Amino acid sequence: MTSQGRLAAWGIGLAALVALPFVYRDPYHLHILVLILIWSFAYTSWSMMGRFGLVSLGHGGFMGVGAYVTALLWNHLGLTPWIGIPIGMAAAGLLALLVGYPCFRFRITGHYFVLVTLALSGIVLQVITATRDYTGGSLGYTPNRAATNRLLALQFDDKTTWYLIALAVWLAGLAIWHWVDRSMSRQALEAISEDEDAAAAAGVDVTAEKLKITLISALMTALAGAVYCQYQMFVTPDTVSGISVSLQMVFAAIVGGLYVSLGPTVGAVITILLAETLRIGFGTRAVGWDNLVYGVLLVLFIIFLPKGILGSVLERLKPQRKASPSP
Amino acid sequence: MLEVQGLVKRFGGFTAVNNVSFRVDRGEILGLIGPNGSGKSTIFNMLSGTQAPTSGSIVFAGAEIGGLAPHRIINGGIGRTFQIPRPFRRLTIFENVSLAGFYGQGRHSRAKAEQAAERALAMVGLPTDRHAAVDGLGAAGLKKLELAKALATGPRLLLADESLGGLDEAEMDQAADMLRKIRDDLGITIIWVEHIMGVLMRVVDRVMVLDHGEKISEGSPSAVAGDPRVIEVYLGTDAETTQAAAAEARRRVGG
Repeated sequence: MTSQGRLAAWGIGLAALVALPFVYRDPYHLHILVLILIWSFAYTSWSMMGRFGLVSLGHGGFMGVGAYVTALLWNHLGLTPWIGIPIGMAAAGLLALLVGYPCFRFRITGHYFVLVTLALSGIVLQVITATRDYTGGSLGYTPNRAATNRLLALQFDDKTTWYLIALAVWLAGLAIWHWVDRSMSRQALEAISEDEDAAAAAGVDVTAEKLKITLISALMTALAGAVYCQYQMFVTPDTVSGISVSLQMVFAAIVGGLYVSLGPTVGAVITILLAETLRIGFGTRAVGWDNLVYGVLLVLFIIFLPKGILGSVLERLKPQRKASPSP
Repeated sequence: MLEVQGLVKRFGGFTAVNNVSFRVDRGEILGLIGPNGSGKSTIFNMLSGTQAPTSGSIVFAGAEIGGLAPHRIINGGIGRTFQIPRPFRRLTIFENVSLAGFYGQGRHSRAKAEQAAERALAMVGLPTDRHAAVDGLGAAGLKKLELAKALATGPRLLLADESLGGLDEAEMDQAADMLRKIRDDLGITIIWVEHIMGVLMRVVDRVMVLDHGEKISEGSPSAVAGDPRVIEVYLGTDAETTQAAAAEARRRVGG
C-alpha cells in the first residue's frame, strides 16, 4: 500500500469510527465498544514497556492509583476530575519512578524486575483494601453523582459521549505509540533490551531511557484507570488494580501482539468478547473462568505465536508487500 | 591524552589488574597484549566505564573519568568495541550505527547522527543502505559493524578490543590497515588489545605487555618482541614455538 493509500485508509476508518455512535445506537453494543477502547488504551500503555522486554506486573497498581486518586479527590475535596486526573497520573508517575529508578540503576532485569513490579501491584491493592474507611475497601468505590455541571464532574449518562471520549483516548494512545516508535528512544530501548552494556557503549544512558518509557507507560495507564472509573462510576480494587488486572494486560498484549501498534487493541477485542461471552453464556457459574482461559491461552501463545495474532498476520503479509513496487 | 596511574581492580580476593600505570599520547596507536586472563579486557572495561576501578586514577583529556557511567565516558570522547561483536540484531545495520551517532554525541539531531553513521559505515566499508539487516553479516562484517558503532560516537580515543579474532589472514591484514587508516585519516588515538601478536606489531607505535594483571614490558614493537620476559610469559616456554613466534614477530616488524 502506498503511504497516500494508507493515509486514506486511516482517514476513512477514523471517520467511520467517529460516525458510528450517531448511526448505531444499541446501548449494550456501544458499552462493549467503550470498554474495548478504554482497555485497548490500557493495554497499549502496558505494551509501551512490554515491547522492550520490560515486563511489568505492576501496571494494575498504576491503573488503581489513577482511578482511586481521581475519585477520592472528587468525593472528599470536590476537586474536578479535570484536575484530579492529572494529579492521579502524577501520583502514578511518581510511584513508577520510585520503583523504576532503583530497579534500573542497580540493573534488576528480567524475572527479578517482574517480581518487583508484581509486589507493586500487590501493595497498591493492599493499600486500597486497608484504607477502607476512605476507599470502601474491597466493596468498591463510587464517585459522588454531580447534581449540576456534569462536564465539570466528567460524568455523562449517554453512551455516545463516552464512546467519543474513549475513542479520543485510544487514538491518543496510538499517537504516543507511533511517536515513540519513530523516535531515537525506540532504537535505544531495542538496543537496551538486547544488551545493556553494548547500549551504554553506544552512549545510551540506559537508566534514563528506561525511566522515560516507564514514566510514559505509567502516566498512560493511570489515565486509563481514571477514565474507566469515570465511565463505570464504580471501581473495586480487583477491577482496576492488583495482580489479576496486571496479568490481564500481559495476556491481552501478548495475544494481540505487543510489537505492533494495533496489537493490544486486537487483544482487548478478544479478551472483552471472551469475558462477555462467558458472562452471558454461563452467567455466575462462569465467574473466574475467563482468567482460567487467559492462563491456558497465554501459555499456548507464548509457545506457538509469540508475536501475537496481529503481529503474526502482519508478518505473513510482509513478503507480499515487499514484492509490490514501493515509491 | 590518557594518563593512567596505579590502576587496580579486585574481584573479591582476586586481583585482575594490579597497579598498572601508562600513558597514551595524541595520535598514537598503543598495542596492549598479554595471555588470556592477564587483565587486558578489565583495563578496557575500566577505561570505558563498564567497571569501576578499585583504586587508581584515569585522566582523559585533563579530567578524571575513573568510575564514571559508561554513557558519560562515551560522550566525553572515548569509543570502544567489544571483544566479541555485540550488534543489536533487532535494529538494522544503519540503525545500529545511527544510534551510536545520536547517543554517543550528545543527542543533538537525528540528521547529524545519520551523517555520522554514513561516514562511519563508509569508513569501515559497510553499505550505507538503510534497510540491511544485521543477520546478513558474517564474522568480518560484524567486526566492521562493531568498529562503525564505536566510530559513530565521535571518539578522540578508540579502544579496540581484540578486533581480529575469528578472521582469516587476509581479513586480519585488512582490519589492521583499517585501524591505521582510522588513526591517519581521522586523527583518532587508538589503544588496541589483541591476541594475534604478529599483525598488531606491524601497526602499533608502542606495545604494552600484561601478565597476571601486571605490566611486564613496554616499548617499541621490536624491543618488546625481543624481551625475554615477554617471550617467556606470552609465547610460552616451549623453545621451538618461542623461536618460531619470535622470528615471525620480527619478520612482521621488519627488525
